[in-house]
Amino acid sequence: MAASTEPWINFDVGLLIDRFWANTVNGLAYGSIYALVALGYTLVYGVLQLINFAHSEIFILGVFGVYLTFLALGFEPGAIPDLPLGFIIVDLVLAGLVGMAVSGFAAVLLERTAYRPLRRRNAPRLAFLITAIGASFVLQQVIRIWRGSNPEGTIRLLPPSPVFTIFGAPVTNLQIIIFLASLAMFFVADTFVNRSRLGRGIRAVAQDPNTATLMGVNRERVITITFLVGGVLAGVAGLFYLMTIPQGAVYNGGFLLGIKAFTAAVLGGIGNLRGALLGGLILGVAENYGQSLFGGDWRDIVAFVLLVVVLMFRPTGILGESLARSRA
Amino acid sequence: MIRRRLAAAGALVAAVALVLSGCANQGGGQQQGGGPQAGAPSQPTDAVLPAGDGQGRCAPGTSIAYTGTIAGQNAALGIAIVNAVQLAVDQHNAANPNCQVTLVRADTGGTPDTAVGPVTAVINNPQVLGIVGLPFSGESRAVGPALNAAGLVNITPSATNPALSTNGWTNFFRGLGNDAVQGPAIARYIQQRLNAQNVCVIKDDSDYGIGLAQQVTQALGPAATCQADVRTNQREFSAVIGQVQQANPQAIFYSGYYQEASPLVQQLRDAGVQTPFIGPDGVKDEQFVVNAAGAADGALLSCPCVPQEGFTDFTNAYRQAFGVPPQTYSAEGYDATTILLQGIDRGAADRAALLNFVRSYNGQGLTKRFQWSPTGELTQTPVYMYRVQGNQIVTDSQI
Amino acid sequence: MTMRERMAQVSTFWNARSRFQQWGLLIPVVVFLLWLPVLNPPIITTEPATDFPIALFNAAVLALIAIGLNVVIGQAGLLDLGYVGFFAIGAYTTALLSSPDSLLGVRYPWLVIVPIAMLVTMISGVILGTPTLRLRGDYLAIVTLGFGEIVRLLADNIDPLRGNRGFQNIARPEASYPDGSPVFTQTDVLGFYWLAVCLIVIVLMLMGNLERSRVGRAWIAVREDEDAAELTGVPTYRFKIWAFAIGAAVGGLSGSLFAAQVGYVNNQRFDVATSILYLAAVVLGGAGNKVGVIVGAFLVSYIPDRFQFEPQYRFLVFGVALMVLMAFRPQGLLGMRQHLLAYGREAYQKLFGVRTGVAPSGMTPSTRAEGDLPETTPDDHAGTSPRGGGE
Repeated sequence: MAASTEPWINFDVGLLIDRFWANTVNGLAYGSIYALVALGYTLVYGVLQLINFAHSEIFILGVFGVYLTFLALGFEPGAIPDLPLGFIIVDLVLAGLVGMAVSGFAAVLLERTAYRPLRRRNAPRLAFLITAIGASFVLQQVIRIWRGSNPEGTIRLLPPSPVFTIFGAPVTNLQIIIFLASLAMFFVADTFVNRSRLGRGIRAVAQDPNTATLMGVNRERVITITFLVGGVLAGVAGLFYLMTIPQGAVYNGGFLLGIKAFTAAVLGGIGNLRGALLGGLILGVAENYGQSLFGGDWRDIVAFVLLVVVLMFRPTGILGESLARSRA
Repeated sequence: MIRRRLAAAGALVAAVALVLSGCANQGGGQQQGGGPQAGAPSQPTDAVLPAGDGQGRCAPGTSIAYTGTIAGQNAALGIAIVNAVQLAVDQHNAANPNCQVTLVRADTGGTPDTAVGPVTAVINNPQVLGIVGLPFSGESRAVGPALNAAGLVNITPSATNPALSTNGWTNFFRGLGNDAVQGPAIARYIQQRLNAQNVCVIKDDSDYGIGLAQQVTQALGPAATCQADVRTNQREFSAVIGQVQQANPQAIFYSGYYQEASPLVQQLRDAGVQTPFIGPDGVKDEQFVVNAAGAADGALLSCPCVPQEGFTDFTNAYRQAFGVPPQTYSAEGYDATTILLQGIDRGAADRAALLNFVRSYNGQGLTKRFQWSPTGELTQTPVYMYRVQGNQIVTDSQI
Repeated sequence: MTMRERMAQVSTFWNARSRFQQWGLLIPVVVFLLWLPVLNPPIITTEPATDFPIALFNAAVLALIAIGLNVVIGQAGLLDLGYVGFFAIGAYTTALLSSPDSLLGVRYPWLVIVPIAMLVTMISGVILGTPTLRLRGDYLAIVTLGFGEIVRLLADNIDPLRGNRGFQNIARPEASYPDGSPVFTQTDVLGFYWLAVCLIVIVLMLMGNLERSRVGRAWIAVREDEDAAELTGVPTYRFKIWAFAIGAAVGGLSGSLFAAQVGYVNNQRFDVATSILYLAAVVLGGAGNKVGVIVGAFLVSYIPDRFQFEPQYRFLVFGVALMVLMAFRPQGLLGMRQHLLAYGREAYQKLFGVRTGVAPSGMTPSTRAEGDLPETTPDDHAGTSPRGGGE
């Protein structure tokens, strides 16, 4: 057997330095997609202490919602659409709304059909986890049987083009849109949880469900709304994901991203909205740095090693607060 | 639907074909002089098709099996093959009223551990005379010894790791060129035709991708100036692209499958990297062109298979049966099935007879000429280079 | 009489027997299980789609895994999502020490390798546990998940571990039937299945003794209330590491058994999804109940095999089965046993005598929340304590 000439791990500091800004820009843009999905994990965790393993499938359902809207609007896979920018933006917004509706509806449906019966029966936490896994299997297989196992043909409405550069690193229109829109979505969600009446209910249930119920909070409604908000955010993430990765609509495309997003949520401090945002962005950037430093096949290891190291020093994540105690 | 273009798959036709293809090969040869043979050979008119001569006779219940992934890992690749196998069996049964062959589908899940159970069940099914599969090298290694012990002929339509034929298995046949055939040809093309002395080799983490990348890198020698890795199911490549931009190569070779290649090439072009992009047979797929949405234009795709433009009958029949065009390794699966069916039609009634038939087989298929060395490698494996032009994959030349 | 009460009766009857009587009842069950692949009963069999003895062997390996994971999850209450890492380390150790593809260049017999593999996984359990076991609840879960992935990715990336190319011709136990044919082969797995069942029985006996020892009591204390345990002088950290190490060793044993039967190991199949299936096996049967997790493992392995004939739908069926089973038996098929303390048997017999009406084993409606892993008081907070699984 011929020995491989290539070392199995690199240590290319030069590349890391040269690519620093480009990696940062790309990492922030991709990381904001992680962050949006991570918000869904964190919200549900905050209220139910449940790792919602099926959230990655809620996300991929949103991706399919967006994709099928593109198809319904008459876009052809593989073709490069030649439309005025105004139309494209309208179409993107429309598809995004459909994606949000699909994901939000799916999340609520999942809560009603899978988790609520378990709550009624006072099931232990692990039962929720297994049900989440079962639901994840079911949703994935339903998509596969319905749409096949090949990725859907590419439909790209808005090709990226550089707008300006930061220290020589080009920043594209897509990246600007995704980063800013994700931040905006985060602030809406954060304000909703911290300032609105319903948000107060969410925090109350997260802090002490029994007392909250006694104080007149409708716990079931709070849970439904939590799932809805998480699902809607996943739908937005679905739109941004498909804009960045037009090849992303495939039945098992949510799994890896879901694991990464969950890692991001824990990294920032699970149950904490700001932690999810921070964790997502850090993970997106760190992956790129690690890949430049060690080589592409170490990308995923970097994410997990980072997680382990951070938890060593901050056992409840970087921001470490729970949803309940995160004050405005 | 099925045009019976095959009058008789007899010895005469085969002999003529042998002569013809021999000539073509001499013309193509190792020397890349840009000879006049460059361009698409027409459909092999003498190609043996599953329908055969319609005179096949076999015992009721005679079966062949597809063993490979159907719903497990990398299911798309398995489905492309099993569909083609099904198509071939259906065409055969429609044309041969006296020989109705059953297709046993055994889902190995694509991984070594899950493959053992279904494969053992196939081995224990005495009516199964031959196997199309296994698609992946890992699972092939795991169950190869058992299949060999059972004397059950297996023709793999897609496993390209060269080491598979060095295990001393007498029942193993590879329906396509292995990495050691394609790799050096690709390297030659890159260096001599593209005049590139500074090449980035990007590979995925599959057995196929790693094995082929190793062959290409070795053949390129010092010209392989940069190496990058991607992972299966990776969709975001900005860091890899950074590596490529840093190296500023004259050519990029991607060793892997189209699922990763299409977003990769699209993101490369988006980032302003216009370097020639070369991919192997795992990338040569209509899906690559569609999924890269324009970015694939100009990409070069090598394949140890003869051009498919002429396969319109097969392509149309496949599309009609399954609603999608045939994909990577569909045609190889179809050819492998045809050979097994031929053997059964010719009276091979047990495993030993079918094994012997395949061992001494010599005939033209859709993709190439099939004749095997004692270790189960094809004796002739022409490698062609294709080019993406507009939204089509067209033939560039034999390399 | 409800299903629950009937099960409670069975449970009471069982607990009232002496250990010898219990074994007397168990031996026929074990004999039946050993005979099952030979019987190959219709309807239950997975053939012709997949080989029935192999399906049973795979179920037995998963049962062994579930018993090991049960020490961590069921006994000590630590949520481990990366257990597949230990399984992988066991399989790779076996491969490295016996495959001709290995750079180590040695070909030890399987029986020599097994203790080494168990030792190596045990050490890796300690290595993983030392920094991480200070974490609690779901933070521990995600770190172990990360660990499992790191093990797999290292197998991918480090050249001597051969990634996808893998190791061929891994050693099998050496024995032959009177006619000279080998007992342990890849395709005729009766021998392997019997070996696996015997190993399960041995491991069960060892685990039973461990549970009734000081270690077992400490684990339960940690599971029920870690802070209280710490305050009453239980060195919780050390016992948690013990749980990890012992669980890991069983994982290594099963990995070694798996590698021997397949005869080949590569980087496929050690992913998060597999880890999650292990967890499903434990929870489905009833975390904390050794017999329960064996039943759970059987179902998790058997259901996809049984539907092998319809590959398009088998994972859909599996997912639905998980959800339905959890909806109807949230505590697992067999709930957690609450009487594993030393002298528990005598105590129960004193309390309940030979009465068989009401079960003391946590399966009656009034005490059903006892099966709940993190806490023992009924709580309408969805059974999801904010304190997390391991606290």
